[in-house]
Amino acid sequence: MTRFEVNGKAVEVAVEPRMTLADCLRDVLRLTGTHLGCEHGVCGACTVLVDGEAVRACLMLAVQAEGRRVTTVEGLSRDDALTPLQQAFRKHHALQCGFCTPGMITTAHALLTEEPDCDADRVREVLSGNICRCTGYIPIVEAVLEARGAYRGSGRAGSDGEGR
Amino acid sequence: MRNTFIGAAIERREDLRFLRGRGQYVGDLAPNGLLHAVILRSAVAHGRIRAIDAAAALKIPGVHAVITAKDMPGGPPIIPMRLQPLPEFKPFEQPVIAADKVRYVGEPLAVVLADTAAIGEDALEAITVDIASLPAVTDRAGGESGDRLLFARAGSNVALRFRATRGDAAAAFAGAAYRRRERLRVQRHFGLTLEPRGVLAEWDSAQGRLRVFGAAKVPFFNRRILAAQIGLPEHAIDMIENDVGGGFGARGEFYPEDFLIPFAARHVGRPVKWIEDRRENLMAMNHAREAEADIEIACAADGTILGLRGQTFADMGAYMRTNGAVGARNVAQFMSGPYRIPAIDIETTLVMTNKTPVGTYRGPGRFEADFFRERLFDMAANELGIDRVEFRRRNLVAEGEMPYAIATIRPFEHQDELDSGDYRITLDRCLAECRWAEKVKLQGALIDGRYHGLALGCFIEGGAAGPKESARVALEDDGSIAVYMGSSAVGQGVETVFAQIAADALEVPIERIREVFHGSTGYVSDGYGAYHSRSVVMGGSALLDAAGKFRAALRAAAAKRLGCDEAAVKIADELVSAPDGRALPLKDFAGLAAEGAFLNKKHTYTYGAHAAHVAVDPKTGHVEIIDYVAVEDVGRIINPLTLNGQVIGSLVQGLGGVFLEHLIYDEHGQLLTGSLMDYRLPTASDFPNLRSIVLDMKPSPINPLGAKGAGEGGMIPAGGVIANAVANALAAFGVEPRELPLSPPRVWELLQGARMDDGE
Repeated sequence: MTRFEVNGKAVEVAVEPRMTLADCLRDVLRLTGTHLGCEHGVCGACTVLVDGEAVRACLMLAVQAEGRRVTTVEGLSRDDALTPLQQAFRKHHALQCGFCTPGMITTAHALLTEEPDCDADRVREVLSGNICRCTGYIPIVEAVLEARGAYRGSGRAGSDGEGR
Repeated sequence: MRNTFIGAAIERREDLRFLRGRGQYVGDLAPNGLLHAVILRSAVAHGRIRAIDAAAALKIPGVHAVITAKDMPGGPPIIPMRLQPLPEFKPFEQPVIAADKVRYVGEPLAVVLADTAAIGEDALEAITVDIASLPAVTDRAGGESGDRLLFARAGSNVALRFRATRGDAAAAFAGAAYRRRERLRVQRHFGLTLEPRGVLAEWDSAQGRLRVFGAAKVPFFNRRILAAQIGLPEHAIDMIENDVGGGFGARGEFYPEDFLIPFAARHVGRPVKWIEDRRENLMAMNHAREAEADIEIACAADGTILGLRGQTFADMGAYMRTNGAVGARNVAQFMSGPYRIPAIDIETTLVMTNKTPVGTYRGPGRFEADFFRERLFDMAANELGIDRVEFRRRNLVAEGEMPYAIATIRPFEHQDELDSGDYRITLDRCLAECRWAEKVKLQGALIDGRYHGLALGCFIEGGAAGPKESARVALEDDGSIAVYMGSSAVGQGVETVFAQIAADALEVPIERIREVFHGSTGYVSDGYGAYHSRSVVMGGSALLDAAGKFRAALRAAAAKRLGCDEAAVKIADELVSAPDGRALPLKDFAGLAAEGAFLNKKHTYTYGAHAAHVAVDPKTGHVEIIDYVAVEDVGRIINPLTLNGQVIGSLVQGLGGVFLEHLIYDEHGQLLTGSLMDYRLPTASDFPNLRSIVLDMKPSPINPLGAKGAGEGGMIPAGGVIANAVANALAAFGVEPRELPLSPPRVWELLQGARMDDGE
């Protein structure tokens, strides 16, 4: 049995050692917000937070999550309304088909949590590890820059799955 | 009809689910009893199949079946062409699974059904395949020579030669003061979608019904093919469109797996799901763009274009797929773009090779044609000593010449005309926005170790493919409206733009449009889907028709109940009222519905101009885009937010084709770029300096919305504009890029070659 925390809830799964964290989240835990675009660590669609750090879930085995705290895009969302980061994505039309979006949101959340004052070049540098085929990235960068304000000071934007 | 929501930057309704990880793509579906399909693909580009032995694979626990061509009585079905299904192409169409011969690396050989995809992949390793290799045809010369035939019964690797003609080219060239001939080439790349393809099929043996999830782009057409292949009436098959992670022309055509997975589900009587992995995707999804041109321009001494002639060649890969001929046709037909070229004679040769078959990719043929034409224009203008902008302005089709007939294609017998527009508007706006007059001083300047260059190009984008689209409007029990569309969503935001159109056509608040259903075959009687920038024009116009019929039906029903004239019934927001003031709430008419359609044989032509300012590093060959301005007139803007998104997104995809993306094969037909480590895509840091300006100056006269297509234009001129900007930057060295991609090594080599020629 592998035990870890997903979006604030303790989970216990029986998985083969070869199963990736991404497959475990999607197929075992049915958290299908985490998407698989390449399964070799290039596209970033499967990015989740492990102990707050952005990680490619296709390059990590589920058994490696033992004792860790995993947050997926579902865990960064509220039921009632969009978080400031999500609102900024919507306002700037930073998504079209939506397939890269969960990975963009988790990556941007990790960046803004650590570096709420990052500049446009830093946003581009960090997001350059995530492939989007629809938007041309410019609106995504604009959205992330706009959302910085919500991460400054003590206020954490949106829930990151802690304490739920 | 109101004009409240049309034209407004309405935030997308789709976003609410996508942003929270609640989208539902085909890969997210997991019905009870699901088996996973994994496909064994040929590792050999050309060869005869001697044996496939799956005995060891079938012994692996969790493996349920291995399907090969032998399981299909009468042999594997052939996939028919959707567009331009000429008899000449018949011998080159693809069987759903290889039976006796393989013709490209990636061709399906067997389908494994297992409890998990991982077990299925284990089973692939246990299947023994014996293929006698044949020499592979991997380039145009090899294909044309016919030494090695892909299809013995066809007798040739040339599927077809066709011609694009207008006026008398021979006469135009005979009398011309100036001519220039060039050979130019565009590399193989494709419409890679971030969501790989996928199909999930469920067979209900009691009902005799097949449900197929993962449909995209053209579900109704694909149902027609599948019904014929699998031996079911069309009405016994439901094609269901889930959220779709990008289309770009490539996704949603009928592929081998679109038969294999439904066949497998029926074969084992359980739901079967197949999700493509990225390696498969790079070798199995339609490739595109690989084309060459040997073209010549004829001009008068003042730069007036007299004619264009020559040959173009398209590498079709191993089979003629559903829309395989479109790109090749468009290269010839749209070589003239937005320009007045009175005489045209272009012969196009479609060559079969042992590579992945080709299909359309956003701006099919137009991206290639614009690279060929705009490069030739800059070379001609420079040689004639005429300003490049003036050369273009002089030769643009004028508004007074509309509709303007372009070259006719034979044997397609395809005639077309530019519908409307003032092409100088976008040219002038583009010049102003990029500050051309000021920036021309930078041409060729060496600043901080980099050479600066400028270029500008004009383009057209076709839209509104017919013959038809359907829409249905229905009043729900709670008084809200449901809209059902024959158009498909491929990520472009149709739910939002159709809600805008429906709200204005029905004269209700947009919140009243409860949901926009689209794509699946159950929603309208006859749908046509999403391609050729047609959804807004065709679907939107069908929606206007449905809304008009709905309002007429509502008036008729209300007149009866209110005892007044139909014409006197007033419909306003929540209420339906008689002249005397008596009124009924809208929801009293729940159940009322109307279906509408739009039929169309003509095409719309969005037009525009792009300008680029680049800096080229002579030490590395790297090209940086300092500024890039895209201007286009789409006739009528439904949503500027999504429209600008289409332009910039399309442009960055185009720049991927200009600089990065390249499907490379070796001489044995092995794909060398089989992962995203090798097949390079644009990222967030590559092209940050792009601007889009969208206009609605000249509505299309051929549809009630006045809309033209959008979404492809952003990438169409990118190759020509960037290559011309690089040539402009390096003009002092005489560098003339004649081939894409403009990767750093290629630009560096061009510069080194030019320096060596100069004896440096």
